[in-house]
Amino acid sequence: MNEPIITISGLTKRYGTLAVVNGLDLSIHKGEVFGLLGPNGAGKSTTILMLLGLTEPSAGKVSVCGIDPTLHPIEVKKKVGYLPDDVGFYDGRSGLENLLYTARLNRLPKEEAYRRARQLLDQVGLGNDGDKKAGIYSRGMRQRLGLADVLIKDPEIIILDEPTLGIDPRGVREFLDLIVHLSRKQGITVLLSSHHLHQVQQVCDRVGLFVSGKLIAEGDIATLSARLFAGEPLLIEVNVACPGRDEMPVTHEKEVLSLLEALREVEGIGSVRFTGGTIHIGCNRDASAAIARTVTRSGFGLTHLQKKTYGLDEIYHRYFEGGESYGKTA
Amino acid sequence: MEKLLSTPAPAQAAKLPLHPFWVIVSKEMSDHVRSWRFIILLSLILLTCAGSLYTALNNIGTPSKTGSPVNGTFFFLQLFTATDGSLPSFIVFINFLGPLLGIAMGFDAVNSEFNRGTLSRIMAQPVHRDYLLNGKFVASLLVVGILFFSLTLLVTGLGLVFIGIPPTASEFLRILSFSLLSILYVAFWLNLSILFSIRFRQPATSALTSIAAWLFLTIFYPILIRLVAKLLAPDAGSFPGPGDEPYSYQHTLLKLLRFAPSQLFSDATTTLLMPSIRSLGPLTMEQVAGAIPNPLPLGESVLIVWPQLTGLVAATVLCFALSYVSFMRKEIRSR
Repeated sequence: MNEPIITISGLTKRYGTLAVVNGLDLSIHKGEVFGLLGPNGAGKSTTILMLLGLTEPSAGKVSVCGIDPTLHPIEVKKKVGYLPDDVGFYDGRSGLENLLYTARLNRLPKEEAYRRARQLLDQVGLGNDGDKKAGIYSRGMRQRLGLADVLIKDPEIIILDEPTLGIDPRGVREFLDLIVHLSRKQGITVLLSSHHLHQVQQVCDRVGLFVSGKLIAEGDIATLSARLFAGEPLLIEVNVACPGRDEMPVTHEKEVLSLLEALREVEGIGSVRFTGGTIHIGCNRDASAAIARTVTRSGFGLTHLQKKTYGLDEIYHRYFEGGESYGKTA
Repeated sequence: MEKLLSTPAPAQAAKLPLHPFWVIVSKEMSDHVRSWRFIILLSLILLTCAGSLYTALNNIGTPSKTGSPVNGTFFFLQLFTATDGSLPSFIVFINFLGPLLGIAMGFDAVNSEFNRGTLSRIMAQPVHRDYLLNGKFVASLLVVGILFFSLTLLVTGLGLVFIGIPPTASEFLRILSFSLLSILYVAFWLNLSILFSIRFRQPATSALTSIAAWLFLTIFYPILIRLVAKLLAPDAGSFPGPGDEPYSYQHTLLKLLRFAPSQLFSDATTTLLMPSIRSLGPLTMEQVAGAIPNPLPLGESVLIVWPQLTGLVAATVLCFALSYVSFMRKEIRSR
């Protein structure tokens, strides 16, 4: 299980002076489902293209199944199936014909190609639609046909670029279950990129967080949150009202400076921040009772108190949207 | 298993799987043959061919009209060149419609794959990148080749039926080399439009650019040259005068005209199909004097059009090289 099948070291891709991928180190193990997470433009697709040898890296090394894709793209493409983020088919041909074309490009004999194509169409749930023209397929069907198209060459690794984009929630669920099922059954390594955290959370063994060309963290979700929020695994949000006037929520930081000071004194509390009328408190154990007591003692009215545990969402916000300042408080 | 038998697919199962390049070629060919634009152009070409054949057959019986009795010995070739002025001859039609055919087959070769999102999918298969481009080119060329050969053979056959005189061996060779030349000519336009299809992302842009290039080179360029020629023309008064001024003037003019591939093509075809043509440039009186108006053998005719042939080949290869380079450098991303 821990045998690396993809190793990336120091991978860099520059367009002019802009480094889209910057010094990326990553290894992906055989048989795992790895999620590459990051906002749009983080360099996920570029990394994938370099894995396939479709784009040349500016620096660094890639090895896929022990082969360098920059030097031997054909060998790599024999073992890797790639589903682009907006996969297209020849609209005038049926789904089956599209699959057969891919199969024959992979030098499958006609008979076997036909057998496999039929079998895969059944597997992805297009058994009855195989003879319809690909032009009338819905987005979800196209994506499933894309999966069949990727699998027809019997790959060791499949790379899916934003596979869930534009499919309805139920379709996403089914599609991801299908991928995981296939991966487990046939021992295929799956690398999928996405900016949809919940979906990825459900299916991935490990994830890598990707921001502006850099891998910020990798690991399974539990270790990831433990590492990222070391010492403060719990977040408590508190809203307070001005002393003596319960209907007046506090909106400015200067009104609660004393309270923030008092809170920092409480045992078990790490960081205390005030943004948008809410006090965010990071603590290493459940300090909600102590917080409530402190608030009341300072004369403020406690209007709202919520405990939160970190999921991918928080990880995501922390890095992608909350900006640097939030990250530094950790 | 029953399903497998019921399909039209596997005819020769035991054979080795086809090389991916030929898989691409065969797919592209079937795409072409199935496409509406090809069918429309094909019927257009067939119609005009029938028309020009008809006029040719009407006029072929009256050799006095074409003047020189020499042509009589190459009676059969007149099928392709004869006209009474109401309808252009076969070669003029090919000169006109051939480029259109080439453009129609190439203008969306690469950008439509890109826009459909199939390009990145195909590029993720274990094929070399140039297979796609070469495959498309070879497929279109094969389709054009089959089309033109069958067309000329069809015209030959019909002519045979109607005139009743079989073509001589040299006539037949001339007809075959004419077909080859036409294919080469279409290949040039095909490559030019493929080049545009790589450069421009919208098929409409590349189609319009190709057509613009075609119109310019076939229609406006000669007009432009004639305008310039008028300015440069030697004084009419001195025309019979001394020196070779008019001669070199004619030469320059023709040279300029021959930058257009259509001029090269029509030069080459007329020479091939009219054996009496012995030079494509102006001839001085001294050169003509004493010449016996005999038709040239095929080898000599080919020799005359050799520069034209080389020019066409060079233009085709240049376009192909440019498209090859820009395609290989293109970064393939999904749409």
